[in-house]
Amino acid sequence: MSTFISELSDYNVIVCCGPGGVGKTTVSASLATHFALNGRRVCVLTLDPARRLADALGIATVGNVPVHVAGITPGSLHAVMLDAKGTFDDLVDLYAQSPDQAASIKSNRLYKSLASSLSGTQEYMAMEKLYELTRSDRFDLVIVDTPPTRNALDLLDAPQRMTSFLENKVFRALLTPTRAYLKVLSVATRALVATIGKVAGAELLEDAIGFFQAFAGMEQGFAQRAGEIQATLRSPETAFVLITSPRQDAVSEAQFFAERLSETGLAPAGVVANRVHPLFLSGGLPEAVASSSGDLGELVANAVALSRVAENERAVLETLTTAVAPAPVLSLPLSGSAVNDVEGLTLLSQQFS
Amino acid sequence: MDLTSFASAATVHILIGKGGVGKTTTTAAFATACATQGLRVLIIELENRPDLGASFGHEEPLGYDEVHLLDHRTGGSVHARVISPDDALVEYLNDHGFLRLTRRLISTGLLDVIAGSIPGLRDVLVLGKIKQIAADNIADVIVVDAPATGHAMTFLTSAAGLMDVARSGPVRAQAASVVEMLTDPSRCRVLLVTLAEELPVSEAIEAAFLVEDKAGVSLGPVIVNQVDVATPALHLSSLDAAHDQGITLDAELALALDAAAAFQLQRVSIAREQLDRLRHELPLPVLELPRLLSPAIGSDEREVLARVLTEEFETMEGLLP
Repeated sequence: MSTFISELSDYNVIVCCGPGGVGKTTVSASLATHFALNGRRVCVLTLDPARRLADALGIATVGNVPVHVAGITPGSLHAVMLDAKGTFDDLVDLYAQSPDQAASIKSNRLYKSLASSLSGTQEYMAMEKLYELTRSDRFDLVIVDTPPTRNALDLLDAPQRMTSFLENKVFRALLTPTRAYLKVLSVATRALVATIGKVAGAELLEDAIGFFQAFAGMEQGFAQRAGEIQATLRSPETAFVLITSPRQDAVSEAQFFAERLSETGLAPAGVVANRVHPLFLSGGLPEAVASSSGDLGELVANAVALSRVAENERAVLETLTTAVAPAPVLSLPLSGSAVNDVEGLTLLSQQFS
Repeated sequence: MDLTSFASAATVHILIGKGGVGKTTTTAAFATACATQGLRVLIIELENRPDLGASFGHEEPLGYDEVHLLDHRTGGSVHARVISPDDALVEYLNDHGFLRLTRRLISTGLLDVIAGSIPGLRDVLVLGKIKQIAADNIADVIVVDAPATGHAMTFLTSAAGLMDVARSGPVRAQAASVVEMLTDPSRCRVLLVTLAEELPVSEAIEAAFLVEDKAGVSLGPVIVNQVDVATPALHLSSLDAAHDQGITLDAELALALDAAAAFQLQRVSIAREQLDRLRHELPLPVLELPRLLSPAIGSDEREVLARVLTEEFETMEGLLP
């Protein structure tokens, strides 16, 4: 067990990835608690915490600002809940050449829906916020909980994909209705613009034109920033931790993620199998007990069934362990109740030491 | 109520739920249960998860073309196919006479930009395709395995959202026709899938109100997956139970049996508490599927779940409008 946590001790950034529904947020927060209890100044970035956990951390109503979580010493723990739209707004403010430009972007209807609902926006903003937090010297460790992502590339390339979207040259050229452009556009291309307008509706086309016009001049800032984020993610100071449940489907997804990660030259530094069943019976049962009926039979059947679950989970985790080697795999036991408060996080964090 | 009357009351049944709640398994079980009643079922898979085919013993990945998964002696059947947003977009453009445009859009990489910059367009085109398949009358029941994670809600509200942005043109018309289908309980129902655990139950309650208020969609029953169950014997001490049968247990084994019983009882009490909360907070029937102890869902497990689901529909109270 100590290998998992010692493996992670030297990093400044820990990115927690994995499929949905496996308890990523809770594990990220308890990992952060562990390091804060061991003297580090930690900030954990969460995306979509359960209401009660968010209340306990004091971030239920505060987005985007790190909030201090009391009582975790000698280090410190801050928590921040990602506000994707707010982060995007901040970025626009940062790179706009004038307050007017920022205002015109932020009031564009297409921007508003882009900033809150374009697929990839949440991943992009999580990475942007992570970058912002690592640049602050308030923290010496930033742990980020990521949206459930099947493909590692969706996460790693989110900033690049968004910037290339914003600076798609063909689209910009098509949508910039200046005479100069229209003159050089081929007949076919002009027909294309007209058709896009016909399909999508004139208002939508106008919004799109307005949006891309408003962004003019900011692409370089965005692209540079995306490059810096990419560098942070690929830095030797950044660790990727895969979080999964011990079930076959979740493990397959985690493995898929690890494979995509390794294709980009990165590897998970550790894997957490969350909520693993305890093994009550090991070895065979005496014949009289195994074949008993009545109440004893039911008690035995229950223990046997649970043990079968535990054994299956262990078999599944064994294949995972081989697949992600040499990254250590840490199993966290299935506990009775949900982790809803700082006390629960502290308790769970003891599993790491 | 019985399953046949429920399933026949609308053609399109959309199963939504967060990742990890067993939505794909439930999709397979629901489809099987309907086929067993003699209905022709088409499963539409939106994320192309490998476990759907596997639960029918179909090992190759599903694709755009329909695959035959099951025949039942009642004449019922299950087919499945995948619809990806890109397929739907290309098909839409082709159907609307933009074949040459489509080729150009793809070759310049513009298709992605356009689809990406019109929020909700991909979802609306997928739903539009589903609407078209429903109108073709090739299946009695269409079961849609909706995208998991936070996306499930945006999937249902995308059409209304798109109507806000696109105020004219064919895209708006498409969105309007999708909204019409979603909000017509005689054509479309949404089934929420969740687990009897705190976070999934909270999310299901939140989703139920959002689906009805924001998307205006009629909700069917909530299906709760992987419910832990226990027999009364688990409350007994294993030493006493063994004594009653004249069997001697060694102390270590007795401890293990008692620990396993206590563990299971605790799981059951958490599940009951969450099921009570769900029933208390949602005015919807709640159907329970048991936790199966096998590591993966194959044909046997799917059949078991289909049988339980059929029985759950039989005893379902609170008739739907």
